[in-house]
Amino acid sequence: MEIPKSFLGYKRENGRAGTRNHVIILPVDDISNACAEAVSNNIKGTIALPHSYGRLQFGADLELHFRTMIGTGKNPNVAAVIVIGIEPKWTKRIVDEIAKTGKPVEGFHIERTGDIGTIMKASKKAQEFSQWASEKQREECPLSDLWISVKCGESDTTSGLASNPTVGNLMEKLEPFGVHLCFGETSELTGAETVCAARGATPEAKKKFMKTWNAYNDFILKEATNDLSESQPTAGNIAGGLTTIEEKAFGNFQKIGNLKFIDVLEPAEEPKKGKGLYFMDTSSAAAECVTLQAAGGFNIHLFPTGQGNIIGNPIEPVVKLTANPLTAKLMKEHVDCDVSKILSREMNLSQAGDELIKVMLKVANGRLTCAEALGHREFVMTKLYRSA
Amino acid sequence: MSQPDLIIHDEKDNVGVVVIETTKKGQECSAWIMENDKTIKVHSTNEVPLGHKIALKDLKEGDTILKYGHDIGKVVKSIKKGDHVHVHNVKTKKW
Repeated sequence: MEIPKSFLGYKRENGRAGTRNHVIILPVDDISNACAEAVSNNIKGTIALPHSYGRLQFGADLELHFRTMIGTGKNPNVAAVIVIGIEPKWTKRIVDEIAKTGKPVEGFHIERTGDIGTIMKASKKAQEFSQWASEKQREECPLSDLWISVKCGESDTTSGLASNPTVGNLMEKLEPFGVHLCFGETSELTGAETVCAARGATPEAKKKFMKTWNAYNDFILKEATNDLSESQPTAGNIAGGLTTIEEKAFGNFQKIGNLKFIDVLEPAEEPKKGKGLYFMDTSSAAAECVTLQAAGGFNIHLFPTGQGNIIGNPIEPVVKLTANPLTAKLMKEHVDCDVSKILSREMNLSQAGDELIKVMLKVANGRLTCAEALGHREFVMTKLYRSA
Repeated sequence: MSQPDLIIHDEKDNVGVVVIETTKKGQECSAWIMENDKTIKVHSTNEVPLGHKIALKDLKEGDTILKYGHDIGKVVKSIKKGDHVHVHNVKTKKW
């Protein structure tokens, strides 16, 4: 198949391009959710991103919170941002960082005003942003403007046999076009960690990966009260035939094809070394992982599933594929790309990779994903430890 | 290129994955090895559902299960060729 050289995206002020054109209402903290949701109810064409945290966090956990908030606002799928927090200082810190992209952003704090006054002020600005963003048109953008993140979920053995290798095939075909790519799921590489580390493009990348994996593994061993059965693998994984974390890890690892990764990113960190594949340190919980990748700047996501994970994300479209024929049949409304014919050998891996490229480009050009059509907007902050 | 009943990732593997809705007890299954494109036969000793694994040889306690050509865990209860291989007879070597 000849791969199209471009897609239709929204060009942003900082030179990046988006596959979506969202105006977001971003609460800094849990207690500002009500206000943010009220604004998005008032003003059509906006979307609120409620979440559970943002108060009394400290140290690396607080830095991650800011990185996730700021990265979400900076993502090129976002046209403009309203930030609402309880206090002025943290609100301003997020606004100032997002403003560096050149996109419209305005912050509001609730203290000394109350919800109602804040909702009124923020709604006026949100209306302005929404109408401004609605004028934006899609333009031809080079394929290299795609930043593609991947994560699998509710995996089973069909994931490792077919849907994950399909993503790997896509990566192998699109890497030469200069796209950015990202995989994560630190804990779910357990058992395949040395094989994965060997894919580091440089000795530094290899070393950084092992350091990251060891830190995560030490944390799991410290907190574990049993063999993690039903957590890793999950009950769904086991029902689908996956027996151990090692088996799940080797299946997971198929998503990167034969590629090497050039750097290891902190959770929600934006890649800085140019085109190519990155590993991001993330949990393996779907919504946490995709939220972090979106905050890292990725603008389209590929999500292979076995038993049928239904996740979506409010700003990064999540394209779902499965190779499990039962999932493809019984959960059809969640499946953007059915590659189950690989198992019956009616389709080979390269054909499946081509099919996924076609589906992904349709979505990049504006087609709603199943998760978007069904209203999935899972926005889940990663919290590293208890608040002070 | 007929539809396989099992798929095996790597020639070194000692398990294959069921890719039909279920195997029947005693069914002769054709197992396609992806790595070298060969097909072998194995009898399923029980009904094994889609996505679950079948042993390609006899395995004893302490043996290593190989899939993708790699170590994916240890046998904790002896397994006969053709048996269902899962959490009842295999455990992780991690965690």
